[in-house]
Amino acid sequence: MQLDRIRNFSIIAHIDHGKSTLADRILEVTDTVSGREMREQLLDSMDLERERGITIKAQAVRVLWKGHQLNLIDTPGHVDFTYEVSRSLQACEGAVLVVDAAQGVEAQTVANAYLAIENDLELLPVVNKIDLPQADPDAAATEIAELIGGEPDDVLRISAKTGQGIEDVLDAVVERIPAPSGDRAASARALIFDSSYDQYRGVVAFVRVVDGSFGTGEELLAMAQGTRFEAEELGFFSPTMRAVETLEAGEVGYVITGLKDVSRLRVGDTLTSRANPAAGPLPGYKDVKPMVFAGLFPTDSDEYPELRDALEKLKLNDAALVYEPETSNALGFGFRCGFLGLLHMEIVRERLEREFDLDLLVTAPNVAYRVLTLAGEEVEVHNPAEMPPDIERVEEPYIRASIIVPKEYVGPVMELCTERRGRFDHMEYLSEERPLLIYELPLAEVVVDFYDQLKSRTRGYASFDYDVIGFREGSLVKLDVLIAGESVDALSLIVHRDSAYGRGRALVDRLREEIPRQMFDVPVQAAIGSRIIARETIKAKRKDVLAKCYGGDITRKRKLLERQKKGKKRMKQVGAVEVPQEAFLAVLNLNENGK
Amino acid sequence: MTAGARHLYVHLPFCAHRCGYCDFVTVVGRRAEHGSYVDALLSELELERALLAPELETVFLGGGTPTFTEPRELRRLLEALPAAVEVTVEANPETVTPELAALLRAGGVTRVSLGAQTFDPALLHVLERVAGPDDVRHAFYHLRDAGFDNISLDLIYGIPGQSASGLDADIDEALALGPEHLSCYELEAKPGTRFTHRHGEELARQAVALEGYFERVVTRLTAAGYRWYETANFCLPPEAQGGRDLRSQHNLGYWLGHDYLGVGVGAVSTVRGRRWRNTPRLPTYTAALARGDTPPREIEELSAGVLLQERVMLGLRLDEPLPLDGLAPVLDGAALTRLERLELVARGPADRGEALTLTPRGRLLGDGVTAELLV
Repeated sequence: MQLDRIRNFSIIAHIDHGKSTLADRILEVTDTVSGREMREQLLDSMDLERERGITIKAQAVRVLWKGHQLNLIDTPGHVDFTYEVSRSLQACEGAVLVVDAAQGVEAQTVANAYLAIENDLELLPVVNKIDLPQADPDAAATEIAELIGGEPDDVLRISAKTGQGIEDVLDAVVERIPAPSGDRAASARALIFDSSYDQYRGVVAFVRVVDGSFGTGEELLAMAQGTRFEAEELGFFSPTMRAVETLEAGEVGYVITGLKDVSRLRVGDTLTSRANPAAGPLPGYKDVKPMVFAGLFPTDSDEYPELRDALEKLKLNDAALVYEPETSNALGFGFRCGFLGLLHMEIVRERLEREFDLDLLVTAPNVAYRVLTLAGEEVEVHNPAEMPPDIERVEEPYIRASIIVPKEYVGPVMELCTERRGRFDHMEYLSEERPLLIYELPLAEVVVDFYDQLKSRTRGYASFDYDVIGFREGSLVKLDVLIAGESVDALSLIVHRDSAYGRGRALVDRLREEIPRQMFDVPVQAAIGSRIIARETIKAKRKDVLAKCYGGDITRKRKLLERQKKGKKRMKQVGAVEVPQEAFLAVLNLNENGK
Repeated sequence: MTAGARHLYVHLPFCAHRCGYCDFVTVVGRRAEHGSYVDALLSELELERALLAPELETVFLGGGTPTFTEPRELRRLLEALPAAVEVTVEANPETVTPELAALLRAGGVTRVSLGAQTFDPALLHVLERVAGPDDVRHAFYHLRDAGFDNISLDLIYGIPGQSASGLDADIDEALALGPEHLSCYELEAKPGTRFTHRHGEELARQAVALEGYFERVVTRLTAAGYRWYETANFCLPPEAQGGRDLRSQHNLGYWLGHDYLGVGVGAVSTVRGRRWRNTPRLPTYTAALARGDTPPREIEELSAGVLLQERVMLGLRLDEPLPLDGLAPVLDGAALTRLERLELVARGPADRGEALTLTPRGRLLGDGVTAELLV
């Protein structure tokens, strides 16, 4: 296909604003699928080609519209995957920005729009769901125009649900989004914007060819990582897999690599020909590093091997997930896992529990810290328990948060952000009613229940998104919890000095409630270094014996004793103290609730 | 062992009224059935006589309210039972008349265990006891008058509404009578009883205060010169009583792991590694024996390991050291060391090897300590 007949674009939207419905409708209107197939296949998360044993989700679908080849590239919805989103956007020349006619612009709309603008994309604003009774297309159009510049009249008004205005969207894609530029005579270069793992075919890379062309069977090289492989098959989705002999500059498609490990082919890397390699890679590759960490422990310690196997399997398809074995004195054997963000953590946790049927104990999440020791050594710390003792300086990751709220909630939101050590950057009005607040916040303050608090203080109206902007020094301390003088590693936290006392007090109070009384007094303490900042004592039991035990009671008594012993087996041993797993759960929940 | 059981328990289930907290096998009223029940008891005894040693150490008549049994039938039973060194009968105060005391005495009873429970009229009412405080005292005097020189009083503490000073007053009243033996039980609100249904919440609310009551009972009674020889049992020491061992020899048999035969509805026996419980249903029990059959039973075979466990579980209730000889397979050595460090158990030399005792605080926490000690 001629370059000027190709258009590559994404659809970006806040969650539930109608992105997938619009995508489905585009496939229908362009006769890529029939209405019947639509229901049977695409609503089933596009799990295609089941009969061929391939269950790769189509990350890009090719459709034909009035003599043009349109490639619709899917983007991950959430900013935890900002880097992946930006790589997908880099593969496009334009983006359809969808806004719900009833809800208007939301935080994710803003974050995605900014990303698109940063990637020099032509934005095609669309107001969706105009068929809804509560729709206010003009207000939504005004908000979009305010956000991205331009005139409210240029905003298309559609209903993906009824099909109204879909053809106008396709026409506008052709007319307003630029054709790709690229040198078809140059050495081949393609951007990997997504990859998946299939158990039969190995790693499948989704690529946008920028220069030159790629042929089936060609020896290829991923330039940043140096990974080499043969292009076993080239092709595109429409919406099923269609193999082709070549993929040319401007085109979007897939490459089946036969590689057995997704981490060998990272999103953002550049593919080139080994025989005729390009002089340099495409710009923008970076090695994404996890920002949020948590310990994952099986509730039943016998399930440790199952957890390990499950993580291995998830890792096949999730290059961003990292993990290493961790041993906790309180929780036993588990893994310290690194995630891109909170949502990523939630996804992994949910998949482990649902797909692998594991019962997990998850420690309070923490962020990555950069620590300079007194000895001048720089270390990155992913686990509060591993904080070095002699610290010169600690840096923590900061985010830029975009929060949109109805104006009456600006006060409570600012209050929350201030409590969370936020620095106000600026506020702009998307409309008279809905200001956009920009704050800079420590990520650590956001991983602990910020979102729930935000929702509860704004009756659910606030929308929130963020991106990481770098590391900054913080006045941070390690808070330890000691039970009967023994530090409980799983409960260690890194907190801001100012909130250490409150957190320590809350932890100690909760543990006192949750730990059953023992045969001796058990002090529960919170400490910063050697300084105790909160203390409670669980008083020893004064009596634990059944009064009566005669001939007829012996069997019952023995069974009670056996039950008592069995109960003890489920306890986690901290020194001489038996702590029920529920106590850890309660305290870990407390951390999530940030009280 | 081969000589047969030297302890016999006889269950008499009849009561005037079933107290709310009671979970024993009891039958209210049915005076007309007392005769047929005694027949059944004697038949069962006849069927199992081979399990008994020729000479018995103890016989214990428990209930129910043994002394509520029709006097004629009670007399017949006492006369028919084999002789023993110690013959104990449980009695409820309101049933003890001079005539009954004389009947017991004539029937060879050597020891009476009187269910006083408390001397506080309000608390007696909570427990749904028929007797009043004066009944308790009068019963005690009648027994003394009949010549009983070994009387035990049962006290219950931790009754809903009982204050610490109320407990002290009860102990004072009991001590004033000068009993040879005292059994003090914390009220156990067993799930499913009418009592728990009615008073459970109040008991839960009092739980923390009640915890101290046990310790208080022990302190008061030992200060008064009683020997705390078992978790819930106290007796005057031999030196005060001309060298007599006033411990309940029958119950001591249980705690030392001796064999015992139990006859009667719901009665439990343990003989040669086998434990069985008779049916708790009175008509089933009497009907079977009327046919000359043994009553339906729930049987439990006790493995060597279980017997050792029970040996530890029961033995640690006593103040006498438990010889460790042979117990190694069921004891957790690490736990033993840990508990020694916590001063809950103490090890000392014994005739053969070592013996284990619980410290006073260890005895208050006996169940927890035992659960730790056993592997």
